[in-house]
Order: sequence, then structure tokens, then C-alpha cells
Amino acid sequence: MHLMYFTEQPMSAYPEQAGRDFGATALMLSNKHFDPVEGSRLYNNYIEQYMLAEEVGVDGIMLNEHHNAPFCMQAKANIFAALLAGMTKKVKIVMLGNPLPLAENPIRLAEELAMIDMISKGRLVSGFVRGGGQEQLATGVNPAFNRERFEEAHDLVTRAWTQTGPFRFEGNHYQHRVVNPWAVPLQKPYPRVWIPGVISKETIIWAAQQRYPYIALNTSIEQTKKIWELYDSVAADVGYVGGPENRGYLIQVHVSDNEEKAIENARQFRWMQGEFTGLAHPVWSTPSGYGSPSARRAFVEFASGRASNPRGETSFEQQMADLRIIAGTPKTVVAKLKRILEETRPGILALWGNDGRVSQADSLTCIKLIGQEVFPAIREIAKSLDLKSPFEANAPVHLKYSTDLKPRKAAAAE
Amino acid sequence: MAGVDWTDSTVEAGGIKLHLKRAGPTAKKARTIVVLHHETGTLDRLPFYDALAAHYDVLVPHHPGYSRSERPTWMRSVRDIAVIHRGLLSELKIKDAALVGLGFGGWIAAEMASMAPADLSHLVLVGAMGIKPPQGDILDLAITGYVDYARAGFHDQKVFDRVYGAEPSIDQLEMWDICREMSFRIAWKPYMYNQTLPHLLGAVHAPALVIWGDDDRVVPQSAATRYVEALPKAKLEVVKASGHCVDMEQPDALARLIVDFIGRE
Repeated sequence: MHLMYFTEQPMSAYPEQAGRDFGATALMLSNKHFDPVEGSRLYNNYIEQYMLAEEVGVDGIMLNEHHNAPFCMQAKANIFAALLAGMTKKVKIVMLGNPLPLAENPIRLAEELAMIDMISKGRLVSGFVRGGGQEQLATGVNPAFNRERFEEAHDLVTRAWTQTGPFRFEGNHYQHRVVNPWAVPLQKPYPRVWIPGVISKETIIWAAQQRYPYIALNTSIEQTKKIWELYDSVAADVGYVGGPENRGYLIQVHVSDNEEKAIENARQFRWMQGEFTGLAHPVWSTPSGYGSPSARRAFVEFASGRASNPRGETSFEQQMADLRIIAGTPKTVVAKLKRILEETRPGILALWGNDGRVSQADSLTCIKLIGQEVFPAIREIAKSLDLKSPFEANAPVHLKYSTDLKPRKAAAAE
Repeated sequence: MAGVDWTDSTVEAGGIKLHLKRAGPTAKKARTIVVLHHETGTLDRLPFYDALAAHYDVLVPHHPGYSRSERPTWMRSVRDIAVIHRGLLSELKIKDAALVGLGFGGWIAAEMASMAPADLSHLVLVGAMGIKPPQGDILDLAITGYVDYARAGFHDQKVFDRVYGAEPSIDQLEMWDICREMSFRIAWKPYMYNQTLPHLLGAVHAPALVIWGDDDRVVPQSAATRYVEALPKAKLEVVKASGHCVDMEQPDALARLIVDFIGRE
């Protein structure tokens, strides 16, 4: 079991009323509401949190990035990854992840990641994401080619990491006449790649085809089970058996030394007006061409206010009841996490520990309790359930490095 | 005008199946007018199309990727559409047509004119995109809701209600999303203009009429001035009490301007 700490790095000092008055807290909410003095204080708070996380024994620190919004202060995950590469000694630096389609020059991304891998002495896990719709708009990237750019940039980055240069890359979206980066990763064949996502079938299928672990982000137990059903079925098609080493899960968990305080602080998981990434126009979150064509009709109904969100809207209480938010003392938290481990069998678990305006003192207490009490108990449970991480299972980094493939069709012919 | 008889056909041009609406006098001498529609696609029938069809042989091809025409996934620019429409005219053996471009269709018409400046009789650009407005910016589809965007094309919202219904159907919303996706695919950056177009219009010696609604909130009127400067034989007409979609908001006034400009034959 690989156990990680995560925070969205909330820009908690922004004036919420200004967002409510404007009607949006993402993309178009003016950056005049961003106070760099508070920004400086918060960035340093997050560094303190990560350093404590390493001290109390987490296996990994999960990083991400978003743009133009208070819900996440990281505009470039590689900046924090580089800091952690130099400042920490043991933790894995888990990028979940770099938004590939936003890269105009994926080779530069490959270089940055290779540097992080070398500086950290091989502790990089290089997850990749498509980036949300708003990230495309915030960076001027065409949402209609999001998936094509994702796959092509992935191809270019992994080739830059593994193929001896110089070589030439002539793609549909990326053309590079000289690919020959001198910074290459320390880990061979290349750093592990994990793919986070919610319920996008196309992404789950793609991750399973690559044999990359898929990290389900805060999905309900039922949704998570469906994700593994699909992943495992694709895995069987390409010739391997999906298991815990292919499965990751991120969940909002706040731990405190008393139950009431834990629940009060956990309400901050809904601090973005109850939305995952804040209030936004649906066409910002899902620009045309970004979503799956099969969801087009349901989406336009939602976007025009004729139907409720197809992804569902649930209250804090409902999310607590569904175990999508867990809060309490280590004992209650471990009991609830145990149920999730038993039902969905992940080999990678990330706890999203603190959000919104939870104080730094309470955040540090949460991290301490996670590292010293929750994770040791989870490790024991994981052992008893045989939930191995990709490291423990020595899983291949990519399908093409597998030595155990038995494609379904070939197996049937035998 | 309800009596105008429109035919529907599918014409293949450059390997792409284009949906074509056509109507007008059957006399062989009737001048051909090609109407190029907006980036929101087109309704099947519009009073403006009928008004033109009373005088001319009117073709309304649906752009590749819009309305009833299939989407070529290889397309990367608005100029690609212009080439395909040129191919359509070639397939139909039509020469010297008058090109009437509405908004985004105005951009296509201007590109078509620039690539074969001797092969058009008249150029009419109505609230045309395609040129970077010297002042102001073209309204951004990507951050505007479907209905808000469509409504922004109208000075009088009651007219929008008449054309699309106060609550446009889900079919209409879905079509706007499909059209929007195609616009992103070909006009994302720079958004809705071609930096080289004004420099390519100098050889277009056909008479040109640039028409703008006086309350166009989609394409700033400064772009009209730039078009008039770029086209050697252009003049400007401003239509009162009209937004960007002059064709839908002031169909009779627009048709009159065009008929006066092109002439009755």
C-alpha cells in the first residue's frame, strides 16, 4: 500500500463574498482578489505541511495544479515538486498531475520532470492529466483537441525519456525537428506514471490500455467499483489481470483529536460553495469538444439550466454518509477507510487532509495523526487484504514492459 | 414569401458531403447568390433567404462541420472551409456568383474572394468576422453560454424569441454545441480572425458592400472600417435597430440593401 498526503493548496484568504457577488469563483473572478502577501504566507504554510508529512512517515506527497481560481494555488505543480525534490529525503513526489494538453512544448516538460527525478534521486511519480475545461481556457489551449494533445504529448514525453536522441517528432499537434534533451530521468525505463480522473470512461480505458494505475478522485464506492470493472475488463483485453497495484483512490479525510472539531473542519471540504472547483459557468468547465460526444445532449440541458448536474449534487451530510468525506479521530477514520479498502481494493491511497480555511495548527495536527496513527493502521489492514502498491508488486511501468501478457483473444484460441 | 420552394441536396466537394439549400427563379439568367451562414449554424428557413430567393438563384450551403454538413476532422482553418466552398461552386459549374457572408460567413466570403478575386460579381459582408477589430474584441464563444451568445446577436430580444423561441429547444442547443466545437477546431487562435486577411483583400476589385447592425455586440463596428479600407471598391451601410444578426433581425432592410446593390435582373 502506498499512502499519500494531499492538499489542493487552497487560496483561503480570498474574499468569498466577492465571488458570490460576481457569481463565479473560477476562471473569470478577477485576480484583483488575490493578495500576494497572503499568498506568500500560505505557500510557506503548505511547505511546512509537506515537511511534517515526510517527518511523520507518509509514503508520498501528491501535487496538482489549477489556474485562475482560489480552490488551488498551484499554477505549476513542477515548482513544488522541485522544492520537495531538494527539501525532502524519502517521500515519493507524486504529480497528479501535469496537464499534458496545456504544454506547448512537451519536451520542456520532459526536461523539468527529468530534473525533478534526478534531484530527488528517483522519487518522482509523473502523473498526467487532461486538465479541466477551465484550465484550457485559462491557458488559451484549444479544448476541442484536448484528448488528441494529451495522447500525443504523452507519446512525445515518454519517447524523449526513453529514445536516444537526437530524433525528430512530427505529430498532428506537436512538431519538433530536434528532440535531444540532455536531462533524462534517473528511474528506468521512466518514472511511474499514474493517471488521476473522475468518471471519464475514455480516460479509464486509456489508462488501462497503458497499464498505468488509475487514481479515482473522490468517487463514491459504487462509482469506484464501476471504474474498476471497466479498467479490469480493458486489462483483460490487452492481456493482464487488473489488481490493487492498478488502483488508486483519493478521498477527503480530516483527522482531529476530537470528533466535533473534525466534522467542523471537514465542512471546509465544501468551502468552494459546495462545488469541487468553485462556482463556474458550465461552458467554462466543459467547453465544446472537451467532453465526450455521448454526453453532449445531457450537458447542454444542464448548461442551459434545464436539468440538474449529470454528475449529481450532494450535501455535506450525504457525502459523509456515502463515505466521500470522512472526518473524526483516528479510530473512527480508520474504521471507515477499512470499509473502502475492503470494497474497492486500492493499492494507492491519498488522503486529502485539509481544505479551505482550516487553520494551520489544525492542518498540522491532522497530518500528524494521519502519519502516526491512521497510516500505520491502514498499512496493517492493507497487508491483511493483500493490497500491494505498484512498487510492492514491482508492476511494469507501462504495458510494453510487461512480461506476463495473455491477451483475451489469444487466450481464447489456446 | 412562404411560397418559396427550397430544394435540399447533398453535394460532394473535395471529398466532403455538403448539405445545400437552393431556391429562386428557374430562369437561366437569374444571378446566383451564395449565402454563407453564421458560426451558430443556420435554421432551415429564414425570411431573409426567402426575400433573396424572390430575385435570385440562392444557394445556402451548410459549412462543413456545421448544421447538416458532416465534420471533416482534418480541417484546421476557416480558409479550409473557403476552399471547400470554392470547390462546391466548381462542382456546380457556377461562375461569378455574388457572395453574401453573414458574420462568421462573412469571414468565409472574404477568404473566398481573396483566393479567386476574378471569380465573384459582388461581395457583401454583414457584421463580418475575420479581421481583428482595431477597437474592441470579437465576443468570445468559449466563455459565453449557448443562449446568451445567441441572444447577444440581437438588438431586440423579442425578435430572438420569435426566431428561436424564448426557450430554444434542446435540439437547437445541441446543434449550437456541435457548431461551437467546429468553430474551436478551426478558429481558436487567433480567435475568429486571420491576421493576413486584410492584406489579401487588395486584389478584390469586385464591388463590395460592408453592412453592420448599429448595435452589433458580437463584432465591433471598428472591423467594418478595416474591411472598407482593405477592399478597393467597398462602401459601408449601417442598419438601424439591429444587432449582429442583421439577417434575422432586419431581414427586409438587409434584403433591400442587397438587391439595390446587386441589382434586379
